[in-house]
Amino acid sequence: MDVVVLSKVQFAVTVGYHFLFVPLSIGLGLVLVLAERRFYKSGSAEDKAASDFWIKLFTATFAVGVATGIAMEFAFGTNWATYSRFVGDIFGAPLAAEGLFAFFLESTFLAVLLFGRSRVSKKFYYTSTWLVWGGSMLSALWIIIANSWMQTPAGYKIVGEGLTRKAELTNFFAAGFNPSTLPRYAHTIDAVLMVGGFVAIALAAYYLRRGVHTGFARKTMTTGIAIATVTTVLMLPIGHWQAVNVVTNQPSKVAAFEGHWNDGPMSLGLIGYIDEASGKTVSLAIPGGVNLLVGDFAGTKSFPGLNSFAPADRPPLQITYQTYHLMILLWGVMLVLVLAAWLLNKRGKLQGSKRLLGLLVWSPILPMLSIQLGWAAAEVGRQPWIVWGELRTIDAISKAVPAGEILTTLVLFVLFYTVIYIAWGRIVIGMIKKGPALPEGVE
Amino acid sequence: MGLGEIWFVLVGVLLAGYAIFDGFDLGVGVLYPFLGKSEADKAEMRMSVGPLWDGNEVWLLTGGGALFAAFPAVYATVFSGFYIALMLLLFSLIFRAASLEFRHRDPAWAKLWDWSFFLGSAIPSLLFGVAVGNIIRGLPLTAEGEFITGGGAPIFLGNLLTALNPYAIVIGLLSVAWIVLHGSTWLSLKATGNLYERAKVVRRTASIAYATLLVVSAAATAILVPDAFANGISGPAGWLFALLAVAGTALVFVGASKDADRTSFYGSALAGASMVGIWAASIFPALVPSLGPGEALTIANSQSSQLTLTVMLIIAAIGVPLVLFYFYLIYKTYAGRIPTSSAEDGSY
Ligand code: HDD
Ligand code: HEM
Ligand code: HEM
Repeated sequence: MDVVVLSKVQFAVTVGYHFLFVPLSIGLGLVLVLAERRFYKSGSAEDKAASDFWIKLFTATFAVGVATGIAMEFAFGTNWATYSRFVGDIFGAPLAAEGLFAFFLESTFLAVLLFGRSRVSKKFYYTSTWLVWGGSMLSALWIIIANSWMQTPAGYKIVGEGLTRKAELTNFFAAGFNPSTLPRYAHTIDAVLMVGGFVAIALAAYYLRRGVHTGFARKTMTTGIAIATVTTVLMLPIGHWQAVNVVTNQPSKVAAFEGHWNDGPMSLGLIGYIDEASGKTVSLAIPGGVNLLVGDFAGTKSFPGLNSFAPADRPPLQITYQTYHLMILLWGVMLVLVLAAWLLNKRGKLQGSKRLLGLLVWSPILPMLSIQLGWAAAEVGRQPWIVWGELRTIDAISKAVPAGEILTTLVLFVLFYTVIYIAWGRIVIGMIKKGPALPEGVE
Repeated sequence: MGLGEIWFVLVGVLLAGYAIFDGFDLGVGVLYPFLGKSEADKAEMRMSVGPLWDGNEVWLLTGGGALFAAFPAVYATVFSGFYIALMLLLFSLIFRAASLEFRHRDPAWAKLWDWSFFLGSAIPSLLFGVAVGNIIRGLPLTAEGEFITGGGAPIFLGNLLTALNPYAIVIGLLSVAWIVLHGSTWLSLKATGNLYERAKVVRRTASIAYATLLVVSAAATAILVPDAFANGISGPAGWLFALLAVAGTALVFVGASKDADRTSFYGSALAGASMVGIWAASIFPALVPSLGPGEALTIANSQSSQLTLTVMLIIAAIGVPLVLFYFYLIYKTYAGRIPTSSAEDGSY
């Protein structure tokens, strides 16, 4: 295998592992802030136990986010050296700012959460939950600025030629708030908060089914359903915003998303597949749907089709198409699920409905999967570019690193991360089985 | 002094911050199997760094980010050139992070996490020194500023062996000795009872080992890398940092002999920061000296645009005071010796 493929796989695998824990951290962060807020207001032993429980889950999870994040920080230098030289002038700043503004904030106040309950005032402790969560939201902003710049570069000029060709910053705000930063940030944050909501729901459903800690579970269920309902419903306009952004800025990507072969109005597919050999797409689709999406109600606007891009300038079609549509389909499933839970809970019937509870226990898999699919769609759809329109992925690798070394480290990453995940899984399952240390007599 | 020079200094400051702060928790990790005789001792050692290590490590992450932003070519060349060494460092830090957060919650896998804490601290301690030694010595660079790997087949071994030259090994040992010393001065400040007594013994031994290696390293530099040595002592900065390193070491000795634990900790911190200074002075204005055939990576040929460096300066001017404030808060919260109760009741 060659260096490009191996580097890609290594990046996808390591960042994919990292991004299993990021959504849990940011999502649970919100749940934790709400739990500590309740305790801050009530001061009851019961609410303290609940908050302590979330803190334990949160900190154990956060730790894996940290462990897997460390490798990402250096991945650009180790595996994408040519890329790093090309974009360093622009891309390095958000990474450094993330450390300075976000990671320091997260890690120092996490320390308060870990062992500080008896050392600091109640107010300081409560504030620390906000700061840790805020820090994680801030870290997401900076890294998404960096990622979005690769998707829709702005605020730069190209200088030099050949080996010294590189992007140079001309406008910091234009680069930072490039066309896709805000929609991508909103979309990603909404997605990770969905995870928080669904995890809370799942945990509550687990206890309700077993009939343990039912008081705690009912409160958690209500919080979880509130978060999940709001974020899932909000996902439609936010996803729409993100889609319009792709249509506007990345024509070859959207053509792959929709399997749009010939110039003309674009249909909006629900499900289907791309037949690459014959250059056709078989799908269940609304003709001219994308035109409606971007406000062209007459349906006359023409979008370039895949045929007008040289094969070398197209992303891998099938993966891009399927991951994208699956993400959206899963959204539909989650919407139905969360609305059902909301309705039953409102009528007080959720606790009796064992079947729905059984489904809800497994529900966090859906947003987690959707997130991975979404990133795959966005990143694979960006190919063959690593920086849209400016630098190809094949030209971005580290020339000093031979394939054998990358293969070795790839295998080790998978091995080591798996060990750490199993450890995390055992610890977290143990915590969940034990449940919150509620005072005597409280359910 | 241009923006490039300012950033050379600032990256140095971030790395010195990393040395001072993460240095002691790495040191505690290296000493962990040797001083952690009982379960309570081990818990006490972990507790001494438990809430602090992550914030400390962020100095490294931020230093890496700042290097990427200010000197992209250096970030790219060094990290891809030292690929295997860097991956070894990452794997170490990954397991170390996991062990510090999992160990007290996971008695069943205690062995794995104990080993992870030790190796995850010892390997980086050695690697940092070896890397610095190699950079002082210079790297084989192509005309494009790329690291030349291997020097022949097989690449993997060639790479590792080129990195493990005698000079780099001396600096590697110096690094380990200092980290052990810094860990022991920290433990002398935090520990109680038996552990405190044993930490003081290590502090005495490590300070002698460190002082000896400091002299050996200076001699090795003068003999093996005369250019760097000449460069280092050609200006006032090199002399100043050398003086500070000696002063730091002296403070450790004074503190140790009077049981002034705070003094000896400040002494080892000063010594560590000064070594980063000496390193910087010996390579300035290069960031990566070259052994040929290509040119060295210098401030001039690897710095980012003036606009980027300016923006970064603004970011640093806002961010660094904030960070110092957080650190003040957090070190105040966890000030003082470790309450023995926390080790006993298993809250850590
Ligand atoms: C949308 C959010 C998001 C995304 C896309 C990424 N991360 Fe991340 N990262 C976080 C959100 C986050 C976080 C929520 O802030 C974490 C996860 C859990 C945690 O501890 O902090 C974190 C931790 C974390 C850490 C450890 C920080 C510490 O020691 O405290 C590093 C170095 C990185 N990340 C670096 C990266 C890099 C270089 C990425 C890109 C390739 C990346 N992350 C993708
Ligand atoms: C955390 C969520 C993310 C996920 C799950 C993700 C997923 C992926 C995947 C699947 C690939 C492989 C694409 C291919 O092989 O065709 C990839 C490549 C890549 N991504 Fe992302 N990505 C994420 C975030 C980021 C961020 C935040 C950045 C930059 C700041 C980034 C930069 C890159 C780079 C440099 C590559 C390698 C070159 C390439 O294949 O284009 N990614 N990512
Ligand atoms: C209403 C349904 C949705 C629509 C219309 C939608 C739209 C989009 C679009 C167009 C992209 C590609 C952006 C790009 O290529 O630059 C994307 C990416 C992504 N989607 Fe969705 N999405 C929906 C639901 C979801 C759900 C339910 C999740 C997860 C819970 C999710 C998570 C993601 C993630 C993590 C990305 C990659 C980051 C990004 O580019 O924003 N999406 N989505």
